[in-house]
Amino acid sequence: MSVRDVLSPFTAWKNLFRDPVSIADPLKRQAAPRYRGFHQNDMEKCIGCGTCETICQNGAIDMLPVEGIPTKQGDSGLRPRIDYGRCCWCALCVDVCMTQSLTMSNAYTWVESDPDKFRFTPGVDKKHWDDAELGYVRPEGHRLTGELRVHMPEMEPDVRIGSFAEIVDGYSVEQAVLEADRCVSCGLCVATCPTHMAIPQYIAAIRDGNYDLGLKLLYDSNPFSGICGRVCTHKCETTCAARHEGDPIAIRWLKRHIMDQVTFDQITRVVGQPAASTGKKVAIIGAGPGGLTAAFDLAKQGHSVTVYEALAAPGGMTRWGIPEYRLPYDVIDRDVDVIRSLGVDIRCNTRVGKDVSLEDLRNNNDAVLLGLGLQLGRATRIPGSDHPDVRKAVDLLRQATANEDFGTPRQAVVIGGGNVAMDIARTLARLQKTAYGEVRVTLTALEDINHFLADPEEIKEAGEEGVIILDARGPQQVVVEDGKVTGLKTWRVKAIFDEQGRFAPSYDEADEQFHQGSMIVEAIGQMTDASLLGDELTERLTWNRGRIQIDAGGRTSESWLWAVGDMVHGPDVVTAVADGHRVAASMHANLVLKEQSK
Amino acid sequence: MSYTPDRSQYPAKKADGTLDIDLTSGKYLKLWHGPNHPGITGNMSVELTVCGDEVVDAKTHVGYLHRGFEKLMERRSFIQVFPIVCRVCVPEPDFNEYCYAAAVEELAGIKVPPLADWIRTLILEMGRVNSYMMYLGGQAGAFGLGVIGQWTTYVRDLMLDRFEELTGARIYHMFIMPGGVRDRLPEGFEQRMEETLREIESTLKDVYDVMFCNAVFKKRSVGVGYIDPALMDAYGVTGPNARAGGVAKDVRRDQPYLVYNELDFEPVVGKDSDIYTRADVRRRDVTMSVDLIRQILAKMPKDGPVMAVTPNVLHWKIPRGETYIRGECSRGEYGYYLVTDGSGFPRRINVRGPSYTHAVALLERMIVNLNISDVAGLMVSLHTYPPEIER
Repeated sequence: MSVRDVLSPFTAWKNLFRDPVSIADPLKRQAAPRYRGFHQNDMEKCIGCGTCETICQNGAIDMLPVEGIPTKQGDSGLRPRIDYGRCCWCALCVDVCMTQSLTMSNAYTWVESDPDKFRFTPGVDKKHWDDAELGYVRPEGHRLTGELRVHMPEMEPDVRIGSFAEIVDGYSVEQAVLEADRCVSCGLCVATCPTHMAIPQYIAAIRDGNYDLGLKLLYDSNPFSGICGRVCTHKCETTCAARHEGDPIAIRWLKRHIMDQVTFDQITRVVGQPAASTGKKVAIIGAGPGGLTAAFDLAKQGHSVTVYEALAAPGGMTRWGIPEYRLPYDVIDRDVDVIRSLGVDIRCNTRVGKDVSLEDLRNNNDAVLLGLGLQLGRATRIPGSDHPDVRKAVDLLRQATANEDFGTPRQAVVIGGGNVAMDIARTLARLQKTAYGEVRVTLTALEDINHFLADPEEIKEAGEEGVIILDARGPQQVVVEDGKVTGLKTWRVKAIFDEQGRFAPSYDEADEQFHQGSMIVEAIGQMTDASLLGDELTERLTWNRGRIQIDAGGRTSESWLWAVGDMVHGPDVVTAVADGHRVAASMHANLVLKEQSK
Repeated sequence: MSYTPDRSQYPAKKADGTLDIDLTSGKYLKLWHGPNHPGITGNMSVELTVCGDEVVDAKTHVGYLHRGFEKLMERRSFIQVFPIVCRVCVPEPDFNEYCYAAAVEELAGIKVPPLADWIRTLILEMGRVNSYMMYLGGQAGAFGLGVIGQWTTYVRDLMLDRFEELTGARIYHMFIMPGGVRDRLPEGFEQRMEETLREIESTLKDVYDVMFCNAVFKKRSVGVGYIDPALMDAYGVTGPNARAGGVAKDVRRDQPYLVYNELDFEPVVGKDSDIYTRADVRRRDVTMSVDLIRQILAKMPKDGPVMAVTPNVLHWKIPRGETYIRGECSRGEYGYYLVTDGSGFPRRINVRGPSYTHAVALLERMIVNLNISDVAGLMVSLHTYPPEIER
């Protein structure tokens, strides 16, 4: 203790001459630029995936429907409502937001007399900070979920062009787990998938290494998971929440991964045995995905199912249309064999109308299902297209599958910009490479390259394999000299549709090109050959734009006849599968009803 | 040294060794010190038995602030625990964030980018300064020097401004995440931090003049609240409480974590082990932290990532394992014991807060024979934060 200890404390008095440090009006104080204040939500960007709700550890976020925001593909129509009685402003919702729609303004004062007001839907309930520019947004590079897709290993173009071997290798277990890890389980994909597969759940099964569960989930909604795992149009991936700020989850490849990992015995064990026989008999015409899905469901329910297939093997377009390098035949065989294991009798090389009559089928069965598919190619009907060397893509693909020699041309021109056009172009390219050592295929399409109907990867891979792709070219004439096709004349397309939106291409005649080729292949669409119905039945059925009119359950105007798949809904495997389930449910309900009314 | 009477024989002991306290005699009085006493740090209470103005027996009571955090965490995914941990200790929340993140990273095998380690160290030192500022105000206030609290609150607020611009929040920063930190330093941060540090240094000088060179404060604190260095290990005393008794324990030096082995510092040590020395050790510790912040800002890399790539946090599973992560917070050794069982949730999280050992067992022993009016001052001098006692 010293004199200093007595005097020194009095130095505090110097503060009398100092200005106050308090802020006079703290409400006007600006918070820091990255301050985590009140929530903002950009309604244009938000897709209602609910990932914010999932991550919120307080349960402060509820996803609720909002007036004026309809549910649509890739948007649940729900929006996050935040309860500020629970929120702790940790901003995990902002960090995890799949579209970066959710942000926080740097506003930090909000006065209300009604406590319920503090439960609000940002972006919908107007607030004074809605237009605030500063505040917390997810920092660049700060990601809580995986951004980029795990690369799928595949064959190099110069290797794959030499054979029909499958291009894509499929994921290893490690790769699949990594890819499955990126999924946020929002389920937007489930709503989009025509057959509503339990996508987040089977992806979770891959993460957990539980392939039995994954397999069961696949077979709950899709008996063609092997096929769909390779060639599905994967609409799910176009609505995947991850696609907004990165790559969509490789849902199709993950489905394939499960099917690649399991044995046939495992599948039949998971699928189980059919129910006790109902004594009802069903005939199905056409062993494509639609008909066989219905066969699968009906057989499981105990009905006796016979499938009549005109061609030598089941699978429909998946076998006779899709080339082997995209979908190997043993994959089709395995999917079909599972259906056979339920007691479904598939009679190949049996053409209804020739080997067996439709009338007999009607008389010997309780119900008949048409699954004819779209097996006839449409024609361009341009001058010269009646020449025998002007071929339909579906016919050539069928012949290629059957290993028939159709005289591979040294140079070919394909008309069309869809997946079938790509299939035939790439098939011809492989045949040419094997026969002549070089690829000379030109593909012309009406659409410009950004509006091709084919999948982008098909276009990319066809190009890599040496197919010359010309967009916005309208076929005008097949040039024939001395009775031989020499090529195709095209004009540049100015517009495909007229002002009313009808299909009416207009051309720039000055821009004419000649594409050399000794074979012209038309791949511009398909239609159904329904001649087996016979004139009288065709007359009795109701038709709508060339398709049989059906009710919601797939039943035609004839009480004993249903129709399924491409012939009623257009070309798509997974849509046909979904349709098969729907029709089978309708048929089953009807058969049971018949039984009860007896 | 102040007068320290020997009251070891008072009150009398019964045959079984317990104290012979007969409340009906009127000689003794039960007095509840807290839980709503301004001199008590946070929400705990001490049940005192007094004779006159002298404490003859004491019992600590906690439970007024129990929020069940450790149990809550077992029902949260690993990322969902992250916003909770800071709430375990309000005045210095960042240690919880760091220890938890480091524990998760160790068990999940995640390597944190170097820049993130530097920013973490910076945040921990900023938090330490704030914690000490709160302490100095409290310690002075407990002995009647109200003005010190106003000054330290002012500079603490300046530091909170720095926290706000760096982390996006003032109190619960929620910035150190498993995998790294959320963001880099904002533009111009170094310069504004330097201004804040100068303000702190100038305030510290005033605090020294008015609080430490003060006859009243010395009279009340010198020689009071003595912790025998021989008892330190037995009672688990760490941090400034130990260093003020000459036991140079400092996790930053003894077991360097983050970037402390790249920084130049020596733990602050005192020798008298009383309230005054503990306050002085903490005052000098602030100076050291200010110096460390300057070192960090000068030495830290200017660019690079601040967040490691983690698995998708929504279904993050961590392999079976256990770990204990410790660090030197303003009150002593702070630690997180994390057990994982391969699932998406922590199996057990145990928070080792220094306040538990200091405020419960140690305080109970030290309080006996003290004057009632010194109880609050003693308690503050142990620098205890009841929130971290009750997780």
